[in-house]
Amino acid sequence: MVACRAIGILSRFSAFRILRSRGYICRNFTGSSALLTRTHINYGVKGDVAVVRINSPNSKVNTLSKELHSEFSEVMNEIWASDQIRSAVLISSKPGCFIAGADINMLAACKTLQEVTQLSQEAQRIVEKLEKSTKPIVAAINGSCLGGGLEVGVPAALDMMLTGRSIRADRAKKMGLVDQLVEPLGPGLKPPEERTMEYLEEVAITFAKGLADKKISPKRDKGLVETFYFTELTAYAMTIPFVRQQVYKKVEEKVRKQTKGLYPAPLKIIDVVKTGIEQGSDAGYLSESQKFGELVMTKESKALMGLYHGQVLCKKNKFGAPQKDVKHLAILGAGLMGAGIAQVSVDKGLKTILKDATLTALDRGQQQVFKGLNDKVKKKALTSFERDSIFSNLTGQLDYQGFEKADMVIEAVFEDLSLKHRVLKEVEAVIPDHCIFASNTSALPISEIAAVSKRPEKVIGMHYFSPVDKMQLLEIITTEKTSKDTSASAVAVGLKQGKVIIVVKDGPGFYTTRCLAPMMSEVIRILQEGVDPKKLDSLTTSFGFPVGAATLVDEVGVDVAKHVAEDLGKVFGERFGGGNPELLTQMVSKGFLGRKSGKGFYIYQEGVKRKDLNSDMDSILASLKLPPKSEVSSDEDIQFRLVTRFVNEAVMCLQEGILATPAEGDIGAVFGLGFPPCLGGPFRFVDLYGAQKTVDRLKKYEAAYGKQFTPCQLLADHANSPNKKFYQ
Amino acid sequence: MTLVSGWLLYGWIIAVQTKTKKTLAKPNIRNVVVVDGVRTPFLLSGTSYKDLMPHDLARAALTGLLHRTSVPKEVVDYIIFGTVIQEVKTSNVAREAALGAGFSDKTPAHTVTMACISANQAMTTGVGLIASGQCDVIVAGGVELMSDIPIRHSRKMRKLMLDLNKAKSMGQRLSLISKFRFNFLAPELPAVAEFSTNETMGHSADRLAAAFAVSRLEQDEYALRSHSLAKKAQDEGLLSDVVPFKVPGKDTVTKDNGIRPSSLEQMAKLKPAFIKPYGTVTAANSSFLTDGASAVLIMAEEKALAMGYKPKAYLRDFMYVSQDPKDQLLLGPTYATPKVLEKAGLTINDIDAFEFHEAFSGQILANFKAMDSDWFAENYMSRKTKVGLPPLEKFNNWGGSLSLGHPFGATGCRLVMAAANRLRKEGGQYGLVAACAAGGQGHAMIVEAYPK
Repeated sequence: MVACRAIGILSRFSAFRILRSRGYICRNFTGSSALLTRTHINYGVKGDVAVVRINSPNSKVNTLSKELHSEFSEVMNEIWASDQIRSAVLISSKPGCFIAGADINMLAACKTLQEVTQLSQEAQRIVEKLEKSTKPIVAAINGSCLGGGLEVGVPAALDMMLTGRSIRADRAKKMGLVDQLVEPLGPGLKPPEERTMEYLEEVAITFAKGLADKKISPKRDKGLVETFYFTELTAYAMTIPFVRQQVYKKVEEKVRKQTKGLYPAPLKIIDVVKTGIEQGSDAGYLSESQKFGELVMTKESKALMGLYHGQVLCKKNKFGAPQKDVKHLAILGAGLMGAGIAQVSVDKGLKTILKDATLTALDRGQQQVFKGLNDKVKKKALTSFERDSIFSNLTGQLDYQGFEKADMVIEAVFEDLSLKHRVLKEVEAVIPDHCIFASNTSALPISEIAAVSKRPEKVIGMHYFSPVDKMQLLEIITTEKTSKDTSASAVAVGLKQGKVIIVVKDGPGFYTTRCLAPMMSEVIRILQEGVDPKKLDSLTTSFGFPVGAATLVDEVGVDVAKHVAEDLGKVFGERFGGGNPELLTQMVSKGFLGRKSGKGFYIYQEGVKRKDLNSDMDSILASLKLPPKSEVSSDEDIQFRLVTRFVNEAVMCLQEGILATPAEGDIGAVFGLGFPPCLGGPFRFVDLYGAQKTVDRLKKYEAAYGKQFTPCQLLADHANSPNKKFYQ
Repeated sequence: MTLVSGWLLYGWIIAVQTKTKKTLAKPNIRNVVVVDGVRTPFLLSGTSYKDLMPHDLARAALTGLLHRTSVPKEVVDYIIFGTVIQEVKTSNVAREAALGAGFSDKTPAHTVTMACISANQAMTTGVGLIASGQCDVIVAGGVELMSDIPIRHSRKMRKLMLDLNKAKSMGQRLSLISKFRFNFLAPELPAVAEFSTNETMGHSADRLAAAFAVSRLEQDEYALRSHSLAKKAQDEGLLSDVVPFKVPGKDTVTKDNGIRPSSLEQMAKLKPAFIKPYGTVTAANSSFLTDGASAVLIMAEEKALAMGYKPKAYLRDFMYVSQDPKDQLLLGPTYATPKVLEKAGLTINDIDAFEFHEAFSGQILANFKAMDSDWFAENYMSRKTKVGLPPLEKFNNWGGSLSLGHPFGATGCRLVMAAANRLRKEGGQYGLVAACAAGGQGHAMIVEAYPK
């Protein structure tokens, strides 16, 4: 869990934490010198303040590794032993990162639970020592301070431990996690980052001295954490065992509800806290290190670490730098997708034209971009001035003015091949030679769109996911003719927009839509078999999908789902069969298009959070009812029917070369389609669950339903040779 | 033929290089002169001027100017005033003040605003009007009254009141009134912060000082210098631009009241005013909220001579600059100085009198360090070498905004008159006026002594 959150930024602030001091005790000077060459930690003494600098070699971030642990405790021991030193400052040599967390490679290298437990105990000992330090210690934090880094800097509160969410520095100050904030400096006599670090150190030294001289009291105002959770009354209440039990129970219930019991970490954290409070801190620490060891060894941990590595991979441009940077972007179609793409482009400084055919559509699109930015202002993530200046990167227009300067055009018009052909031709008449034409289609093959292009090497697919500003994935689709530079450019733009990118070969449904289609077909069949949409939703979410299957259809749009089902059904035939597409056709004809029309499987009302079933669906479902097959209709079977069809299709995409790597397949499934993150993606799932077991499942369903469940060759190969893994 | 003229040209260039101290007159451009200038005493806000309105103060400066120069009011072609925090009732304060000061009602007037360089903008607007031949005689000035600032009702309350105005029936009115909430009454103060960044200027100055590693002690020492020099200038009667002002219902104010030389020990006791508790900018090393007004009489040189005036100085090249309002809010002088010097063909060594606006000690010292840094020049100003440091013995010798006070809209004229009067007194030829302003803007202008 920690690992996945290892990359984050603490906004524009630097902060301080003063660790509790308990007075000054003289010790004998041991004479060890600070000149020892250390690779992760070094320290110097300024006056009577030791400045400890953390700097993991050859890395952009500092991570808690074995070497860092041992060097750190060496250094701290010297500091505590030295007569000359009265206080200490901990600071990173890397601007923008204090300690990002535990070294994920170190954890991955651990073969046994004991190894991890031991690592954890070493870390604990250091933190405990810091807490009990006789000399005041000031942690000067600039940038991300996460996981273990936060523990070195600050003792965390329950809520933070459970959610692992990131907290901005100003908020951290309010919560009492940090004592002082230092705002970054602008240009001076040195590069701003460098001088800011120096300044942070200077200020931290003043505080350390002040603490040692007792001029500054380490007592801090009660932060929100304390005021909220430990007002006097609750503090008293917490002394009563019965109340405590109730609190644990309540927290546990809430956690179970949120995680569906799929993620073991939060529950273990509660256990550990409970042990700490009930049996004392020693027992708590022991329990913490043991539980941490257990957690690192879980499948979930392996799956999440895999995703972390996959994500790092998908944040790189394997095509290298493009010949020309895209500075001017034009987007055709101001619908949900077009405006979403515009939003994630303008806030990265891309000059963006948003074009639509009608003023009404354009207005709506521009308002969507504005609202997206304004919501950030409300959350204080942007100032209103920054919003205005970002928004000025957007030009809304109805004509092709300015397209002669465009470096890239992304079309997001309605999914209709003839329409896409028309805009492609129109656009090619006005854009410069170097300009790239990207299509944001979710299912139409790019080569078919490119068929009418004068310059097919400049045509590429950029498949965004809705809502664009929230969904991290971008699926880039290259045809046989797409040039390497065009791909490089598309990836560069996507990375600039903050996307995690998979690059796949062209084909019907590419990768993501193609995996989703058979699963959706199964969803329809399950509904036809009489499973209530609510029940289906709960089955899918309890399996780890963030959104229930029926709700997903409503969110995607029933008309879109129908479109995709028809298009891909034609190409893939029986294998994509199962549910009767007539269900979607009837829904569309009745106007039940999902959330956007207010009705789908559910009824959606503005401002009403509770979702009621759409009772008008009953007659449609009744008219298409299928008899359920009892041997494959248990709750677990229903879950596996959905997942195995998904997984089988994903593996087939790898087999056919649509996917280049399993890692991209996993990232695409998790970040684009909501495949359960705790399973790590379809390929990781096969590795961890077992190829043979997956094939067995498929065969069981094949016996009941036929071809749709026939395992693909590559999957069968993996089942036949147990040593074969997608991830070695 | 060409060879000869080439040699002639060469000779001329040599002359320029060896004798840099020539006059800065430009061919085919009218010379613009400052005949004279005055200001009211600058007072700490909330003192003797506290019951006045801004146009009252501006009027005092205008009548003072009329008295000092005896200019016939009908020859004044145009009046321009700078101001920052506008009194909504007199948003064109130039016009209201001119009417009350007895100028002709046929003389048009407008008001400009450009934060702390508003008066500079008023003067250079006048220079432009004269140089382009539109006008011959201009009165430029500035005014600020920080004792009274427009505090507004909240937006919600204003909306409610405006809607009530439009309501037709009692029912509509009642339903509007029912929307009233007590928090509507929370007042809205004029922004003390930069609108774009929401950061107060003092906070930005503190960060700027830290970025340039300016210590608290250096800042306190500089502030003490400013107050000491101002006191000396006041005592020696050098602040001749100050005109007495009989405040209605109060005694006549004759001198600035913010000049208070203290000791470094006393100053060291103050707590940081903006970045608490470890910042370095304090009340003692910042300029204070000030009430005051200033005005200058600007003319085309030939007009002044024809009218028999002996002008004090020429207004020569000027320059406006702007940069990042977050991290370089107060670095205007550093950016403007080299540009205006280059434009005028001068170097920093040619300047005899520097008059820089002192917003904060930390700001002045940060500008010094920036001007003295090759690294800063290369990385942020696209210059090969540093701007160069103004010699302290020529710098703000009669005090500055830290000690004399800083009525936002009026300071520019004070700087120009201080430069002009110092050149006359000290026998120098060129003065350089420079100032920073909110919004990350800056200004510099060359003032050339009028030959005696």
